[in-house]
Amino acid sequence: MIASEMKRAFPILAVITALLLAYSTYQALVVAPTERTMGDVQRIFYYHVPSAWTAFCLFFVNLIASIVYLVRKNPKADALAVSSAEVGVVFCTIVLITGPIWARPVWGIWWTWDVRLTSTLVLWLIYVSYLMLRRFSDSAQTPVLAAVLAIFGALDVPLVYFSIWFFRTQHPQPVIGGGGSLDPRMLHVFLLNLFTFSCFGAMLCWARYRLELLQREVEEVESLQSLRGVPQ
Amino acid sequence: MSPMHSITWATLTKDICLEWRSKDALNSMLFFSLLVVVIFSFSFDPNAEESREIAGGLIWVAFLFAAVVALNQTWTRELRNQVLDAYRVSPAPATALFVAKALGNFILVSVLEALMAPLFMIFYNLRALGPAWQLIPVAILGTWALVVNGTFFAAMSLRTRSREIMLPLLLFPISIPAVQSMVEATRIILSGDGAARFWIVLLLTYDVVFTTACLALFETVLQAE
Repeated sequence: MIASEMKRAFPILAVITALLLAYSTYQALVVAPTERTMGDVQRIFYYHVPSAWTAFCLFFVNLIASIVYLVRKNPKADALAVSSAEVGVVFCTIVLITGPIWARPVWGIWWTWDVRLTSTLVLWLIYVSYLMLRRFSDSAQTPVLAAVLAIFGALDVPLVYFSIWFFRTQHPQPVIGGGGSLDPRMLHVFLLNLFTFSCFGAMLCWARYRLELLQREVEEVESLQSLRGVPQ
Repeated sequence: MSPMHSITWATLTKDICLEWRSKDALNSMLFFSLLVVVIFSFSFDPNAEESREIAGGLIWVAFLFAAVVALNQTWTRELRNQVLDAYRVSPAPATALFVAKALGNFILVSVLEALMAPLFMIFYNLRALGPAWQLIPVAILGTWALVVNGTFFAAMSLRTRSREIMLPLLLFPISIPAVQSMVEATRIILSGDGAARFWIVLLLTYDVVFTTACLALFETVLQAE
């Protein structure tokens, strides 16, 4: 019952998200005022930070789904875990690509081993290894192994953060952002983009989740047919 | 002795006995890390001052790569004749098996380190300017950090295709904070600038967190169906 209602809601929400995305892009590229020192390159900020936020949210969803899977052994939780990890890696990749594009003109360097950059990179590495595990293991135990790895990855994140934080506070590093207050119009556009990207991430994750469920259904039917000896 | 202890002890002595007779893993690890030492030495050609700065990284990277050799063959031995399946259906506690395997790998990698460390000292003309005794806790905690997760991930990668390559892919990302702690602590002790306490505490935290996680989740991985 609920499933069919959600299926009907999907295209409507998808259209709303697309419109929202177009509006936010317009706001970010045209309406928001140009930053005084950085110029137009600062507009990356409206994509970079919301992408990071979305990626972290999706990784969090992945952790929760993994724990639920280990406790309940519910295959839907596993489908959610794999979809959130995949979409999260996509957003995390966007963060890692837009970051250097901004850093080069502003800091004068593409990359620095600063705490935020490095922990995002390590997080990305952990989740890529998670996806690799899922890819290389096609047995029935894959969901359990992947869920266990997700928990290990989550335990690792604070340790990574502390180690790099301590390492880098001992070394000179380029100044990030600096204090200063944000122009209210900029803040407005930023919050709008944050909301839009959250919706966009959620929609992608949902689409991927439905795809995963369908995929599994197809596989199940195929294996049942081959067991019965029905020609395909 | 409780069943937990006796099973751990029996598995551990069996593994050590097998390794002692063949010395396959130890020999390949020793030769492998020797090659790494020589190749790094050619690639960087450091003077004494630079050696102190980079030796921590070289030593631990060599040991990390060599440890993967030992870790990869931890469980494959048990696949022959369905030993692992027999273990799965037996009432023996899974953690006993895990502790035995992790300890076995710990001993193996420690022996490797004890044999290779003097060679590093000679090839790179190393002399610790800081408190050298601190290298011992760093080595013990660092080795355990690599081995405990390595043993666990080796058991996980048993179920995957091309498992030999899967282990480092799983182990290295998770090990980044541990490797960084070992390397930094060793560098600080060798060059004598600053105190290595933070890094030793971080390593200890890493060890405690992941030993607990491994013990808690090993049963799940072993029985995964």
